[in-house]
Amino acid sequence: MSRTREFLRRILPQLVTLAAVLGLIAAVYPGFFEVSMANGRLYGSLIDILNRGAPVALLAIGMTLVIATRGIDLSVGAIMAICGAVAAAAITSGLGLAAALGLALAAGLACGLWNGLLVVLFGIQPIVATLILMVAGRGIAQLVTEGAILTFTHEGLIFLGSGAVFGVPTPVLIWFAAGALALLVVRRTALGMLIEAVGINRRAGALAGVGAGALIVAVYMVSGLCAGMAGVIAAADIRGADANNAGLWLELDAILAVVIGGTSLLGGRFSIAASLIGAMIIQSVNTGILLSGFPPEFNLIIKAAIIIVILVLQSPRLRAGPRLRRPGGRVRGASAAEKKERVTS
Amino acid sequence: MSSRHLPLAATLLIFLVAYAACYAQFPAMLSTRVVGNLLTDNAFLGIVAVGMTFVILSGGIDLSVGSVIAFSGVFIAVMLRDTGLHPLAVFALLLVLTTAFGAAMGAIIHLLEMPAFIVTLAGMFLARGMAYVLSIDSIPVTHDFYDTLQGAYWLMPGKGRLTLIGGLMLLVVLGGILLAHRTRFGANIYALGGGVQAARLMGVPVGRTTVGIYALSGLLAGLAGIVFSLYTSAGYSLAAVGVELDAIAAVVIGGTLLTGGSGFIAGTFIGVLIMGLIQTYIIFDGTLSSWWTKIVIGILLFAFILLQKGLLWASTGRRWRLAGSG
Repeated sequence: MSRTREFLRRILPQLVTLAAVLGLIAAVYPGFFEVSMANGRLYGSLIDILNRGAPVALLAIGMTLVIATRGIDLSVGAIMAICGAVAAAAITSGLGLAAALGLALAAGLACGLWNGLLVVLFGIQPIVATLILMVAGRGIAQLVTEGAILTFTHEGLIFLGSGAVFGVPTPVLIWFAAGALALLVVRRTALGMLIEAVGINRRAGALAGVGAGALIVAVYMVSGLCAGMAGVIAAADIRGADANNAGLWLELDAILAVVIGGTSLLGGRFSIAASLIGAMIIQSVNTGILLSGFPPEFNLIIKAAIIIVILVLQSPRLRAGPRLRRPGGRVRGASAAEKKERVTS
Repeated sequence: MSSRHLPLAATLLIFLVAYAACYAQFPAMLSTRVVGNLLTDNAFLGIVAVGMTFVILSGGIDLSVGSVIAFSGVFIAVMLRDTGLHPLAVFALLLVLTTAFGAAMGAIIHLLEMPAFIVTLAGMFLARGMAYVLSIDSIPVTHDFYDTLQGAYWLMPGKGRLTLIGGLMLLVVLGGILLAHRTRFGANIYALGGGVQAARLMGVPVGRTTVGIYALSGLLAGLAGIVFSLYTSAGYSLAAVGVELDAIAAVVIGGTLLTGGSGFIAGTFIGVLIMGLIQTYIIFDGTLSSWWTKIVIGILLFAFILLQKGLLWASTGRRWRLAGSG
């Protein structure tokens, strides 16, 4: 089977789900697919979904790689708050756009490095290691903004959140570019295979010559970098850094996007494209509930119902497919340690 | 002292040292009034953390508890406003609901073999969503019986007040300790945390235990919701956001391993007290900003996890190294 066909087959379930969700919204909200051009910028519900979904899409890129190594990154929401705060603080103190962006992304990388070192050097479970920054991160962000919502008027920074290039909103371009870059790097080099090797069996990978340590640290740094970009976009969008609410609970949406994308929480085979579609499914549900005139109170219930349906469809008990099992994995004969991992994760 | 008890001893030591340091700076910290307030203010967190300890001991996690507390508050407020039911009847109804909710999550985790993380995440959305559907406004609770419950306290020596909800938390902690160490269910939970396959081979009813654990967590989250409702006299669907994280942090600070199988309810209780002590200190100091709470808790988490790792490493040595890399 050719590479393209294999790729399409992999993301088919997610594409079908997305189409179903979009079709459902269009059924209750006519004019959903209309896209118009005004003031040199595209407008329409579809564009809105792509635009609003940018932070979760960016987070999902890093989260996919982390989960593929059998990890999880709970701290991305807090990292968003930190990086947004750093960017806003830098720009209001008179630094240029490049310096502010550089500092913000460096902060994201540093957070990722911290997480990665905890996981690799100290051998701490990823869920616990990243919990530390998740708890402390918003405190650090508040330290940077000194407890206030730090607003700014720098045109260049605001452009990242609400500007448009050739009619396409900047956040959309950013996450498209980041996604395409990640896909290329991961699939055109051996990197993706190495990450999967680490996730499937770290010891076997090590015996086969895959140095897991550096790879895992790098993966958490990528996640931190993605969260940094998402944080800058979120801050630019509201023209201010809100340490308390920026990226709040987005780590859960990002994990959900990866799960909807069919990447197993047990690590191994992953698909960034499917995770990105997963992020768009989540955003479509959010936007769709608003558009369809349901009371917004039902938003969370519908979301929960959709998660449960997707979970049931992906359940290893109900489906013989490899989605939640590692390739060649056994459910009955899994060792005690693996079983434990499953419950924990 | 075995290495199993070391994290617990370390937690206790840190609490005592921290309390002594606070006392050196503010002698009033030692009064029973402060102790009474510490128990009252952290009653709901303590109760929910006991449930979380059981879940984590079994190797799972329950992200839904904060939402369940919010749902409980709104449910109680709406029921008391719209029906003529007595608060006790409403409490009973609520506890049945939240226990069934927890049991359902446990059943899904077991039957569909899904990660607890994702299932309870859905539960978190669902409970918060139900709270929104009941009411998006904050509803005050005004009932004579509520006044009676809120006014009930036992005057400790030194004029400190052990309120009803503070006492309730102590009872739950005691009950939790008994359940964990004196019953078959408790032993099964530890066994499950040690490894599902091994537990199954030992004859532990895995399904029944899993459902029971999450049902217990749901029950205690409901109880915490009642306490929270008594504490705030209102029901609000946006309340108790992030309490699940506080509870998990308290459990970890209390010396329970997040991989399951090792830990103590008493440790969690001290963990809750340490978190409460940090907040009390910040209030006493008056100049520190509230965000330091989060940072200090983060640092404490880090310190405890390192401590646990060190102990584990020292006690099992090479064996752990191999397990860690596999």
